[in-house]
Amino acid sequence: MTRPEPQATRTPYDDVVLVAPVTVPYVRYSIEGAHWWIGRALQALTREAGIAPGAIDGLCLASFTVGPDTAIGITQHFGLCVRWLDHVAMGGVSGIISLRRAARAVQARDADIVACVAADTNHPDSFRRTLSTFSRFAQDGVYPYGSGGANASFALIARHYMEKFGATREDFGKIAVSQRSNALRNPNALMKTPLSLDDYMNARPISDPIHLYDCVMPCAGAEAFLVMRRETATQLGLAGARLLATIERHNAFSDDPIQVRGGWAKDIGELYAMASIRPDDLDVVQTYDDYPVIVMMQFEDLGFCGKGEGPDFVRQHDFTIDGSFPQNTSGGQLSVGQAGAAGGHLGIVEAMRQVRGAAGPTQVAGARLSLASGFGMINYDRGLSSGAAILGGDNA
Amino acid sequence: MTDPIAPPRRKDPLKRTRQPTLPPAERSRKAHGLIRPAAEGRFMLPRCGECGTFHYPPREACPACLSFNVKLADAPAGGILASETTIRVPSEVYFRERAPWRAGIVTLDCGPAVIAHLHADCTLGARVTLSLQLDRSGQAVAFAHPATRTPNMADDRQWRELTADPKFRRVLVTDARGPVGLAAVKALKAAGAGTVFAGVPEQWKPFAGEAELRTLEGVSIVPLDVRDDRSVRDLAADIGAKVDILVNTAAHIRPGGVLDRDGLNVVREELETGYLGLARLAQAFGPVMRARGADGVNSAAAWVNILSVYALANLPAYGAWSASQAACLSLGQSLRASFRPGGLKVVNVFTGPLDIEWFQTEPPPKVAPAALARAVVDALQRGLEDVFVGDVAQDIHARFIADPKALERELAG
Amino acid sequence: MPTCDLSGFAEAIASGEIDVVDLTFTLSPDFPVIVMPPEIGQSAPVRIEEISRYDAAGPAWYWNNLSFGEHTGTHFDAPVHWYTGRDLPNNSVDTLPTRHMIAPAIVIDCTREAVADADFLLTVPFLERWETAYGRIPVGAWVLMRTDWSKKDWRAYSNLGDDGAHTPGPDAAAMQWLVIERDILGFGTETIGTDAGQGGHLDPPYPAHHFLHGNGKYGLQCLTNLDRLPVRGSVLVAAPLKVQRGSGSPLRVLALVPKEVA
Repeated sequence: MTRPEPQATRTPYDDVVLVAPVTVPYVRYSIEGAHWWIGRALQALTREAGIAPGAIDGLCLASFTVGPDTAIGITQHFGLCVRWLDHVAMGGVSGIISLRRAARAVQARDADIVACVAADTNHPDSFRRTLSTFSRFAQDGVYPYGSGGANASFALIARHYMEKFGATREDFGKIAVSQRSNALRNPNALMKTPLSLDDYMNARPISDPIHLYDCVMPCAGAEAFLVMRRETATQLGLAGARLLATIERHNAFSDDPIQVRGGWAKDIGELYAMASIRPDDLDVVQTYDDYPVIVMMQFEDLGFCGKGEGPDFVRQHDFTIDGSFPQNTSGGQLSVGQAGAAGGHLGIVEAMRQVRGAAGPTQVAGARLSLASGFGMINYDRGLSSGAAILGGDNA
Repeated sequence: MTDPIAPPRRKDPLKRTRQPTLPPAERSRKAHGLIRPAAEGRFMLPRCGECGTFHYPPREACPACLSFNVKLADAPAGGILASETTIRVPSEVYFRERAPWRAGIVTLDCGPAVIAHLHADCTLGARVTLSLQLDRSGQAVAFAHPATRTPNMADDRQWRELTADPKFRRVLVTDARGPVGLAAVKALKAAGAGTVFAGVPEQWKPFAGEAELRTLEGVSIVPLDVRDDRSVRDLAADIGAKVDILVNTAAHIRPGGVLDRDGLNVVREELETGYLGLARLAQAFGPVMRARGADGVNSAAAWVNILSVYALANLPAYGAWSASQAACLSLGQSLRASFRPGGLKVVNVFTGPLDIEWFQTEPPPKVAPAALARAVVDALQRGLEDVFVGDVAQDIHARFIADPKALERELAG
Repeated sequence: MPTCDLSGFAEAIASGEIDVVDLTFTLSPDFPVIVMPPEIGQSAPVRIEEISRYDAAGPAWYWNNLSFGEHTGTHFDAPVHWYTGRDLPNNSVDTLPTRHMIAPAIVIDCTREAVADADFLLTVPFLERWETAYGRIPVGAWVLMRTDWSKKDWRAYSNLGDDGAHTPGPDAAAMQWLVIERDILGFGTETIGTDAGQGGHLDPPYPAHHFLHGNGKYGLQCLTNLDRLPVRGSVLVAAPLKVQRGSGSPLRVLALVPKEVA
């Protein structure tokens, strides 16, 4: 059987914009629940956009720890009366998915102002609980094997990738070290001390070859933004980042015995075509960085180099804010922290700021085009979901 | 290369005995289908009845063609260790106190990639053989062994977590008076057990294997009459904390159903020795064994019931005795649940007619006591939970799985 | 009519002038019981199962459930025990005459012979020699066969071989003679059974059971402390439990032994 070819090019996003990038500063552990963090994000959105809460007529929520509630309970909890509602439970790709859903909603006028909110709390035992019930396949086939959680799953992918393509720990270390250097300029980053390659190399092993600084720090926090048509933004006197292109893909390349690529590799042609740019037109890139090996994989799968050339690409580039390939300018999850599902929104919010020239201390000079990606859901042996979006500034 | 385990030292009385903890036990119902093959030592995976594709983890339909016609099928167990990791900071207490823990992905020749516990001698890129095992939560897990044997293979730390290997463990054989008990004592000693306590009821009665039993090194003959509360409790008071494996060989086998017997004395004795004996042993020895489930190299590990396969379906020629065995089987299930917090296995070794006096008139094939004893040791070494010894037991089991009602009628003659 | 001096009797016991010797083994689960071929019926052994011991099952008290066969421990055989006595009147433990529960006893010491031969059989000539030495066996007396068998460990006590038990007992003629010629009350042994271990091979088989019970006489077995009894002059108190239609029962057997006789 063959798959039918797409009949036509996708509808462009035209004048869909993202406004009001919001970060509720992270903390390692919070005594508050997820709802508290969601409420903080909603309040920040209304203040940033200068709108009344009643103006929000669409909500797209991502949270691991909001249970037993879903987005529906949040409407009553915070007095929102929306005409469009979605709950995206897709982990690290939730940000891109939320954006895609929201963009089409406002474009079709099913809603005018959609709040995309990702928020999670973190208690001392939250992370273990999330791991132990992450997915049915994880419960049946992964967690009972040493309960290493994501660290062990990515260790298996990293070990195989290193063997196959000759990546070294030093290569991964360069990514972690440069992101830490970026994070030192981000007041919201939880990691506040410099990280040297020696520190990285000598860190304690967590799940070989994953060591401490390959891992994100689970924390509590929230990221959020509003999606609307440009006309709405203009009426509100807001400037936004334009949405140029998006992709998502799930369960791609399932025949690869061990994951060496994400679904991006299947869709980047369409991504860049839709934005009418080439990869090297991008000024700044926000990859999904749950582990450096996934960042390296994205350099390949997002088209910056060929498959297996990731290690060499890393060796040839400087990923700091002022470097040859500014990447994860906020410091990324590796150095800002991973606030649960907000990890998938972190890059989008930073990209919004970058293309608007509003990133402050982490601003890449003259940035107009940025890519943010998402990756998520190690359902069994691999990350199933990938997504990416290209945002442009006014003059992009 | 696996280092051989050292004989356990005597306990430090100042230290708290390590309390048993368990690996994660939550699974889907589909995944529970792997428990039976794991219990029986078979490697089975879900296979599509239409396109033949094997898949894993278990799904509700074939991921290649969406057919619902998916059944567990014996699968080729060979594959390549495609990736591996050593988990040093596990989330769960059970693994954290056993860290570092190795796991890997095995790409099977038959298709699926399986995350598995690793034998220490498995190396990246090398061929391995998978087996399904029951972990201490009683759930099925995959374990990868090197494809070829390596020295001291059975002493691997992670493997030993999944087995109840008698090596260095102290075993109580509850009734060594009969040929089954004697054979079990000898087989367990040969398998490297520490002290084997050989229970002998009514020591004033001589028995055939007595002289041989007395000459066996490392065998301690102890008074034990499972029909007698005090005898069981008194022995438990003496050696209860030293029993790592209990093999219950006590049985009172008599032919006949209830219609052809006068009164219930024989029925009662069958229950007294079989069912109540099991209950007495469990009450006296069970609690301390359960508490010692993580007590080092010679932690308490297993409880072995020798059962008639006619516990599954009644053999009218031994009708009342079959019923007593069914009672023991059911109590064994209860014991499995009761022992679970300690991580102990309850091993049911089902046998057809044995080559002993009480089955003298039964036609062959019959199971030699030595063969039954070997099966007990094999089950402990491989971590099995349900074992069917000999052709008759395997035949009855297969027929029971296929159609219990037809089997009932056929056994009625 | 002369009256007995029962208060004098009580005083003699209290003062120790009359010794009270316990001829009973402790009733316990591990005491050997008669072994029958396994395909036929078996006596239940003694079982003692705790109900409570000042614990959750009974906070202030200790008690047990007790079960046993009628022929376990030191026990009494009633005539109804054997087919030969099945039709006699008052042949079960609940109907036997109470006056039979207290009776004189004589002791036949076969210790030397039993040491020499586990299968020793008590014969009429042996009994006649005993009478020559100690006088005629009185009518209505317990005849106790002393072998010191009760001093053995359980293995030697039951003394099972692959051809059955090897323990001493009476031969058929001796038993018939005691019952018919001397009209004794009953016959007591230290071994398991009033008959010899190999008594099943005698003619008739199990002659003690055959003749005793067929003639309304009683058996006592698994006795101990017979070495503390005088050859003559003691009185046995042997009252079995009043078990409905019981063929026998474990019991406490006491011997009253005047000091000057002992």
